[in-house]
Amino acid sequence: MADVRVLVIRAAGINCDEEVMHAWRLAGASPSLVHVNTLAGKPAMLDDYSILTIPGGFSYGDDIAAGAILARRLQDDLAARLRAFVNGGGGILGICNGFQVLVKMGLLPGGEFGRDKVTVTFNASAKFEARWVRLQVCTACCPYLQEGNVLEMPVEHAEGKVVTADDTVTDKLLGTGRVALRYVDDDGRHDVYPANPNGSTAGIAGLCDSTGRVFGLMPHPDRHFDHTQHPHWTRRNNPTRPPDGLTVFQNAVRFWSS
Amino acid sequence: MHRDRAASSQRWHIQVSPRRPDLDGHGRDVLADVRQIGLEHIEGVRSSRVYLLEGRLLESDVRLLAEELLCDPVAEVFEVREGFARRDDIDGAIEVHPLPGVMNPAALSTLDAAGRLLASQGRSQARVEAVQTARRYVILGARNAPELEQIAARVLANNCIETWFIRGFGRSDPIPDALPTPRERPFELRHIPIRRLTDDELTRLSREAHLFLSLSEMRTIRDHFDKLNREPTDLELETLAQTWSEHCVHKTFRSSIVYRGEDFGRPGTIEVRFDNLLKDTIVAATAKLNRDWCLSVFVDNAGIVAFDEEYGIAFKVETHNHPSAIEPYGGAATGVGGCIRDIMGCGLGAKPIASTDVFCLAPPDFDPTRLPAGVLHPRRVLKGVVGGVRDYGNRMGIPTVNGAIYFDERYLANPLVFCGCIGLIPRDRILKEPRFGDLIVVAGGRTGRDGIHGATFSSAELTEQHADEFSHAVQIGNAIEEKKLLDALLIARDDSDGCLYSAVTDCGAGGLSSAVGEMGAELGAVVDLEKAPLKYAGLRYDEIWISEAQERMVFAVSPDRIDRFLSVFAEEEVEATVIGTFTDDRILRVRYKGQSVGELDMAFLHNGLPRTVRTASWTSQPRSSTPGCYKTVTSDIANDTLLQTLSSLNIASKEWVIRQYDHEVQGRSVIKPLVGTGFGPSDAAVLRPRYTSYRGIAIGCGLCPEWTDVDPYWMAVRTIDEALRNVVCVGGDPERTSILDNFCWPKCDCEESLGALVRACRGASDAAVAYGLPFISGKDSLNNEFSMSADEARRTGLPQSIAIPGTLLVSALAQIEDVRHCVSMDLKEPGNRLILASAPVDRHGMEKARSIHHLVSHCIRDGKVRSAHDVSDGGLATALAEMCIASGLGAVIDMPQEYDRHSMFTPVATTYVLEMKQVDADASGFPIIGQMTNLPRLSISQGASRWIDLGVEEMARAWRSPLAQGGGH
Repeated sequence: MADVRVLVIRAAGINCDEEVMHAWRLAGASPSLVHVNTLAGKPAMLDDYSILTIPGGFSYGDDIAAGAILARRLQDDLAARLRAFVNGGGGILGICNGFQVLVKMGLLPGGEFGRDKVTVTFNASAKFEARWVRLQVCTACCPYLQEGNVLEMPVEHAEGKVVTADDTVTDKLLGTGRVALRYVDDDGRHDVYPANPNGSTAGIAGLCDSTGRVFGLMPHPDRHFDHTQHPHWTRRNNPTRPPDGLTVFQNAVRFWSS
Repeated sequence: MHRDRAASSQRWHIQVSPRRPDLDGHGRDVLADVRQIGLEHIEGVRSSRVYLLEGRLLESDVRLLAEELLCDPVAEVFEVREGFARRDDIDGAIEVHPLPGVMNPAALSTLDAAGRLLASQGRSQARVEAVQTARRYVILGARNAPELEQIAARVLANNCIETWFIRGFGRSDPIPDALPTPRERPFELRHIPIRRLTDDELTRLSREAHLFLSLSEMRTIRDHFDKLNREPTDLELETLAQTWSEHCVHKTFRSSIVYRGEDFGRPGTIEVRFDNLLKDTIVAATAKLNRDWCLSVFVDNAGIVAFDEEYGIAFKVETHNHPSAIEPYGGAATGVGGCIRDIMGCGLGAKPIASTDVFCLAPPDFDPTRLPAGVLHPRRVLKGVVGGVRDYGNRMGIPTVNGAIYFDERYLANPLVFCGCIGLIPRDRILKEPRFGDLIVVAGGRTGRDGIHGATFSSAELTEQHADEFSHAVQIGNAIEEKKLLDALLIARDDSDGCLYSAVTDCGAGGLSSAVGEMGAELGAVVDLEKAPLKYAGLRYDEIWISEAQERMVFAVSPDRIDRFLSVFAEEEVEATVIGTFTDDRILRVRYKGQSVGELDMAFLHNGLPRTVRTASWTSQPRSSTPGCYKTVTSDIANDTLLQTLSSLNIASKEWVIRQYDHEVQGRSVIKPLVGTGFGPSDAAVLRPRYTSYRGIAIGCGLCPEWTDVDPYWMAVRTIDEALRNVVCVGGDPERTSILDNFCWPKCDCEESLGALVRACRGASDAAVAYGLPFISGKDSLNNEFSMSADEARRTGLPQSIAIPGTLLVSALAQIEDVRHCVSMDLKEPGNRLILASAPVDRHGMEKARSIHHLVSHCIRDGKVRSAHDVSDGGLATALAEMCIASGLGAVIDMPQEYDRHSMFTPVATTYVLEMKQVDADASGFPIIGQMTNLPRLSISQGASRWIDLGVEEMARAWRSPLAQGGGH
């Protein structure tokens, strides 16, 4: 297997870089932590990596709107370079604040769905909310995921509600496999609180672009890389499969190393 | 929030609003609050964000900023207008603006991002010179202007930091047409004549200049300057007041006290002299225990214990009571921020990995018509402090993992806010020492007029006037500034050439005066105040010196490392500036533009405070043996008593609060605050500090101020017992548990109130020694009293002076060898047995109690226990109910014949409920009281007599409903 090099971006207010680095390492990748200013000053360094990751946090305080300022910065300094990186086979993973950044840059869902079609905004409850959710994988074209799986991991955010310009956009997203993850409750419903913690349209929890290689999600796979992180681990006996969050990173390593 | 402005500046008002009402969650939130204050007829609230821009800007520039940066094209719409004074005729609009000079992080970020965007779009002619952000509301269904005023004052804004403009019903408040420009003030050195003052005049000076020094302290200062044959400058007097404040030196705790009265924990009376109350009780307990894993205690910003061969754990808990009383959101946020800086400034810097928070408040359903003037309603305080902890902790990326909320009406005017922080520190980064010749560097946020007089203010008693007089003591936090500072600090600490600085401390209460004064106490220092970067022009030299502007730290950096140090900080976009040098003459010299503005002998500054001898007493009058708030069983079937207990505020679920905190960021969480499928109340949090090891720590706390009314001695013992039980329950090792004390007390100006404090200190030290729990750090906050006029007291029906109950928070930190052996409090398997492990705590009992804690801990660590829960508030019945609620499973309990059913709801110290497999329960030696069932029902009986019989769903509803929305709705 080839070494999978991952560039993890750091910026003022990004605060999940440490666990994201660790999750990539556990999955067998070689991650490097790079400040966004360093990357903007030397964009060619991207060529040395297979995957770019934007971790969670409150980049630039989430002032104006969540992810808005970092999105603007990447857009102004690196937009063309990032598109070339993806076209050349690279992957981008955005978690929580990183997902908000990718949506606000227009990289997700990308293509025909521009900035004016899809956004992420304040939770229906207007509050920050921390809880574990169940996620249904709804696409076959995203190398970070395996279709049909149900994953458990936490959400912790105040602005995670995905909103589309109208129902046609939602239907198109669902129909073309761009909705990678949907919140789901025990009865298979996507729109019931608190299983859908933020009122997201159609229960959308994660999106990917048409290649599947650009993927973002509100929940935190980086907070479920060990069994002792699951809220019910003390009720369970010897789990046999890897923690759900870790599989996201492992799937990516498998894809990019082959 | 501005750069230099040209005369030709143009002004623009941009309003960004949710595209549809269903996207206006903030508006719905405000509507709920408006109805809460009695305005039930209000139909709706529409919220908007407002950006006020000044600069060389064409309308097309402003539209570009709105479209590409400020407004979300899917969820929002915007309007652009020229000039700030909006002309619209909507009845019922309220615009809320920050007061001039108040920290506004969003405006700073917007100014920076707007400049970048215009530059990147090639608009080189355009220039944004100043930005202010504001909020705008349209109130639907309001009937008149006074209603709007009421909504603005009681729901939307706090007049300490904000102002508002109302339009509608004939009212049209004029909005200033320009952003305020700070005024330059010419330098003028001021001396305060003190040498000829009489006692009366000294007392008046202390009060009017907000020094809060006692007469004997004022006399000492007068005599000192008389000897020097000169008058002090205002800066010198301020520096002494800050350094000698109760907040900074803990005069009461360190005073010499003669105690006469009831003996400690045994009958009879004694007379005993404490040379230094703190040293002779709390500190002495730690010295007596002499544990080698205590690496740094009572000497640094936080206590440090060993974790493994490479790392130590630092723990500190602070209070931020007075600022939170006036501005709950900012007060709590900066309390969190300050405690995090204590961890960052402990040793050569620890990395914060978790926070804790504990609030003591009046009940949120307090009758609003009885609220004294100058006091915020407790519901608003609750929302504010929760919001402050949430926004600061979450933004810093530090999980808030443990806490408590305690309600008592006596906290009405003096809410208590305790903020704790835990850090991971390499063991070779614990020692620090500034050296002669080191440069003094201030790094982080800029200095402004915010938070002036915080240290002296926090040492004062609150009155009706304080909200106005001390609004300048309010601080607003900027978490991202602190996060950047943390990133830079850790890079400089871990430089490949070794740590780039020789010492660091946070700039907390007292600002630069305390930080530099303390760091240079053994050396001396010279500081040039004009070098300190300022938020705006116009600060006087003494304001720069004592400002408590947040997010600043002071470093001592050797001249040969300064370039490297400054370049690390520059790369992280953190401002760092050399403002002086540490010397070797033990004199603190402060200059402004080359002129001396203060010169103080370090020996006088740190050791000149006159020591007082005080007397304390405690008479053993007949007091009730249990606090009045506890429920007793009055009828045969106690179902109603249990439901009432579960829905009492102190026991009810705190899920509404906990879910607003990110308790999992950093990925270290093992046992979370809400456990089981029914989200039961965890006894303590467990973290795994290093990803590469399963070694862990448990964090818990004890708090039972209701026992102070009975006897502060036993209150302290019970509090420590509770803190220990909590960490033992999840798997913590009692042999490796350390504790922290935070005393919040009313005034100690009479013998009896000082006697109460003495008893609490002795109880704490006796229990610490008996249980083997060293104190590693502590803090106190005194004078938590509020006084109002006789008229106001008559109007509200409250006493003219309200004192809080003497409150001791004990935080516990326990080590866990392998977190995979931890347990949670939710019941696990039907058929398992429930056992009761307990010992009475009394003067004979502390040894016995200690052995119970250890036995229980061994059972847990040997893997014999499937769930464990501490019996505390609400007694055994409540503990069993909570274990059922957490799991959705039931239990059938048959109490032994000797058990008195009246104690079913009484908290008993040193008591645990444990779930074990039958074979382990039989072998445990503890009494088996029942077994678990699949049927979701709790039944408690004694032989044929049935005490409780309730479904789990019904109990869960009673437990969840009271605080479901922060005590409202």
